[in-house]
Amino acid sequence: MTMLTVDVEKKLGAFTVEAAFDTAAGITALFGPSGAGKTSIANMIAGLVTPDRGRIVLDDTVLFESGRIDMPSYQRRIGYVFQEGRLFPHLTVRANLAYGRRMLRLSAEPQAERRILDMLDIGHLMERRPGRLSGGERQRVAFGRALMAQPRLLLLDEPLASLDAARKREILPYLIRLRDEAKMPMIYVSHAPAEVRAVARQVVRIDGGRVVAIGGHELLVDAEGELTSPA
Amino acid sequence: MFDLTADEWTAILLSLRIASVATLAALPFGIAVGWLLARKDFWGKSVLDGVVLLPLVLPPVVTGYLLLLTFGRRGLLGGFLADYLGIVFSFRWTGAALASGIMGFPLMVRAIRLSIESIDQRLEGAAATLGANPALAFATITLPLALPGIISGAVLCFAKALGEFGATITFVSNIPGETQTISAAIYTLTQVPAGDAAALRLVVVAIVISFIALIASEWLARSAGRRVRGE
Repeated sequence: MTMLTVDVEKKLGAFTVEAAFDTAAGITALFGPSGAGKTSIANMIAGLVTPDRGRIVLDDTVLFESGRIDMPSYQRRIGYVFQEGRLFPHLTVRANLAYGRRMLRLSAEPQAERRILDMLDIGHLMERRPGRLSGGERQRVAFGRALMAQPRLLLLDEPLASLDAARKREILPYLIRLRDEAKMPMIYVSHAPAEVRAVARQVVRIDGGRVVAIGGHELLVDAEGELTSPA
Repeated sequence: MFDLTADEWTAILLSLRIASVATLAALPFGIAVGWLLARKDFWGKSVLDGVVLLPLVLPPVVTGYLLLLTFGRRGLLGGFLADYLGIVFSFRWTGAALASGIMGFPLMVRAIRLSIESIDQRLEGAAATLGANPALAFATITLPLALPGIISGAVLCFAKALGEFGATITFVSNIPGETQTISAAIYTLTQVPAGDAAALRLVVVAIVISFIALIASEWLARSAGRRVRGE
């Protein structure tokens, strides 16, 4: 059972992120308003931002410990789906998907890859470049790219936020399939209660750079009024 | 009128060789310096920036004379290079390549720096989460995305090297078959009676070569740009 322990502190200008929480297997949501520091926490878990102090442990691997250990991002094996996809614009969908496998020198696993392509319904897009994909297609390819690198943990940072309401409805079922079929531990960063309700069971509520509550969907209920965004 | 003499052919081929060697030799340095200036903050950055740009604003004769002091047989580096490595620049075509490469360098660095600055750095972060170490991320993401800028920088450098006159003639003189480029040959022809027809032929050749270089670079940069934009 995958277990992530995060206890970090980071000063970002006048704003300080100071967050501590544990997650168990399945999907955990980092939930809170925009600017609460959710993405900064995800970036620290991925190794893209270095905490000022603290400790991050994934299962029995210490990813970060202030002054002693700072495993570089490229060794952490933590997949990341960014809000705007961040597909490599000069590579075809096929090369984008294979990127992680090539960099990590993993052997090809055609069956597992076929399953991912089918699950996300992107098999017909392989020869296109990102500039010729719709917003929803781009985000599905971003999921696939992260999955094919066989990560130990998947970070999803507002993966639906850049899409309109119709595209959101199009992607959400894929996300739920991802959760049920890929059986990969995930951290789902979002400010939208409806999304969190659909995909995550455990909720870590973040506000002002701090963890204000840890629990289940009941945390969404209090927040629903003030946080529901006009899709 | 368009029967070029053997001497004229010699000058043309020599010019092309000098400009090509100057551009190819400058390219790795141009990419390294362009990347440093675009991406790194370090002590002395503005000094490096200034030194790189200097040949653009100094009188070319001054640059040529400084090269003579440095790389001449009795120069600071020239003696060492000649005695221990057998590399001689003064009064050789290699010296012409060095002079014209240095004159073209600022234009090359400028184009490369601008193109690296315009690349979304977050793409390199995405590459890191997929297992690419910084060197691999540079080779597979940054370099290909900077390609249009690298091409136009190389062509600008080539064009500058092809037309370079002041620094070259000061450093390596005007020796037919060794350092007499098209520009130097035209200059010589304008100094002798009845040189007009030959000078004019070389002028036409210079215009044609410049045009071809310009069109080729335009075409290359455009097709590389399409790839980079993901179309």
